[in-house]
Amino acid sequence: MSPGVVVGTIHRYVHAVIDQPVAATAHEVFAALDSVATDLEQRAEAVTLAVAKEVLGAQAMIARDPALVEAIAARLLDDKIHPDVRGAITDAFAGFRDALLSLGGYFAERVADLDEIRDRTVARLSGLETSALTLSKPGVIVATDLTPADTAALDLDFALALVVERGGPTSHTAIVARGLGIPAIVGCSGILDLDDDAHILVDGRDGVVIVSPSSDEVSSRQVKEESLRARAAAVTGPGRLSDGTPIALMANAGNEHDAIAAAAAGAEGIGLFRTELLFLDRTTEPTVEEQIHMYSRVFAAMPGLKVILRTLDAGSDKPVPFLNVIAEENPALGVRGWRLTRIANDVLERQLEAIGKASVACDADVWVMAPMIDLPEEAQDFARRARAHGIKHVGVMIETPAAAMLADKVIAEVDFASLGTNDLTQYVMAADRLDSRLSDLTSTWHPSVLRVIHQAASSAAALSAPIGVCGESAASPHLAAILLGLGVTSLSMAPSAIAEVRGYLAGVDRPTCVHAASLVLNARSAQEAREIAVAILGE
Amino acid sequence: MPSEEVQVASKVGLHARPASLLIKAAGSAGISVTIGRPGQAPVNAASMLSVLALGAKHGETVVITVADGPDSDAILANLIEIVSTDHDV
Repeated sequence: MSPGVVVGTIHRYVHAVIDQPVAATAHEVFAALDSVATDLEQRAEAVTLAVAKEVLGAQAMIARDPALVEAIAARLLDDKIHPDVRGAITDAFAGFRDALLSLGGYFAERVADLDEIRDRTVARLSGLETSALTLSKPGVIVATDLTPADTAALDLDFALALVVERGGPTSHTAIVARGLGIPAIVGCSGILDLDDDAHILVDGRDGVVIVSPSSDEVSSRQVKEESLRARAAAVTGPGRLSDGTPIALMANAGNEHDAIAAAAAGAEGIGLFRTELLFLDRTTEPTVEEQIHMYSRVFAAMPGLKVILRTLDAGSDKPVPFLNVIAEENPALGVRGWRLTRIANDVLERQLEAIGKASVACDADVWVMAPMIDLPEEAQDFARRARAHGIKHVGVMIETPAAAMLADKVIAEVDFASLGTNDLTQYVMAADRLDSRLSDLTSTWHPSVLRVIHQAASSAAALSAPIGVCGESAASPHLAAILLGLGVTSLSMAPSAIAEVRGYLAGVDRPTCVHAASLVLNARSAQEAREIAVAILGE
Repeated sequence: MPSEEVQVASKVGLHARPASLLIKAAGSAGISVTIGRPGQAPVNAASMLSVLALGAKHGETVVITVADGPDSDAILANLIEIVSTDHDV
């Protein structure tokens, strides 16, 4: 999702589906492919967004590929009009499609590009060109989903907002909309059922679409959005409460680009670097030298700042091909995180070796933590091994109820702790956070979850150990204030959430956070906890 | 036809930027250029899809062959240079 409030008329964007035979000569097929390539090249040239330019440039290269032309030519031999060329084109693309799919990872992602070029070529031949995203007047783009090429071609002056039926918060549409700074809602089922001339309000922050809104609905949402933006823009610099208490606001990241975005958003470091994202598309384990190279690039993006790396958090839910973790009945409760030392001890050892070596000659302040720790012995084992590789600051994730209840013993083995509130919530509530039927049970506002967090934070305070939060909860301004009141000392979130949390925290003081926190611990429900927090802390 | 073996120097292997540099150079050579594993059927080095599907990894040996022509040796030297350079640094 991308925040913002706009009102406008729907502009429906539909990919042409060619269900009629398409007659053409081989020469016409090549000309169509060529014009698709030229179109992509022109769009790559015109677009300013770097990520879109890269995607379009790569697609143009595929459309110009001589091997693709040869494969089509081999299927359309005679110089005559073929009654239907769709099969030949699909076949020609399929050979490359299969080869790329079997390679996985980066290669498999190119399959979507291939499909798009194939569909555009057929559409062009049929004369049913995909309806362009050229708007004659401002409108809200409504579609099943938007491809990179679609979004790259958006007419910025006229596209007021994007609302698509498919996709999640990390889908391409959501990312591009945030990059463009226009409101977007993804996963909005039923949006295509609206009439063509429907007049709608889109509130990207709340994920709300209102058909034919009243002027009161429009103005109240616009006023709220503007005041939230003004508050976020009013405060800059390091995070602090109104009484001056410093609160480090850091960013979550999974690759070098995230780290660069974090630095641009004014993050005071990386509070959670998910190292497994560097491994997920690998069919073989990266060598120690390759890993040193990867980590060094992340450290280089954060000179003089703290970078907290989390060791490999893979398992049967986030499978890393070379680990060969077997499918489990209960992946969330299975061999994941630090538990991987039970089946792939050497992989973790080599990762610590690489992190240790990469941290020697860098300007960043490198901290390392292990995920899915239950026991003090596990924390001790991790700390001993990480320190043996020269890692100076070692810590643990507190994300199981077991670790939280015994936090005084677990954290005593290390230098710092970090609460992974997404998993901690799902384990305290025993509710799968991916099951949308249970979404009311997976809120961190549940007083039972807040009490567990309080227990862990109090233990850390008694040991004078820093304890941060990295999870969705840190990105919610009210919840962030409550977490600080419970004893949390730093927050890590998506880079895009930092400005808003920083602006909110600058308006509350520490005693108020502590007072509000003590009251929510005695709330009866998640809803009541939230209401108490808003009442004490302010909107 | 001049031909030479070379080790892929880029850490990411022969895809992304290293692959596109090779493909652009091979495509502008004006004569046929192939790349492949020693002893296996080579592919067109000017084809992004073929080079990607080759899936050559960091440290692997590949053979580059350039068709005969007045500049063949210079073209080959340039392509060898591209593949033997680590473009990720």
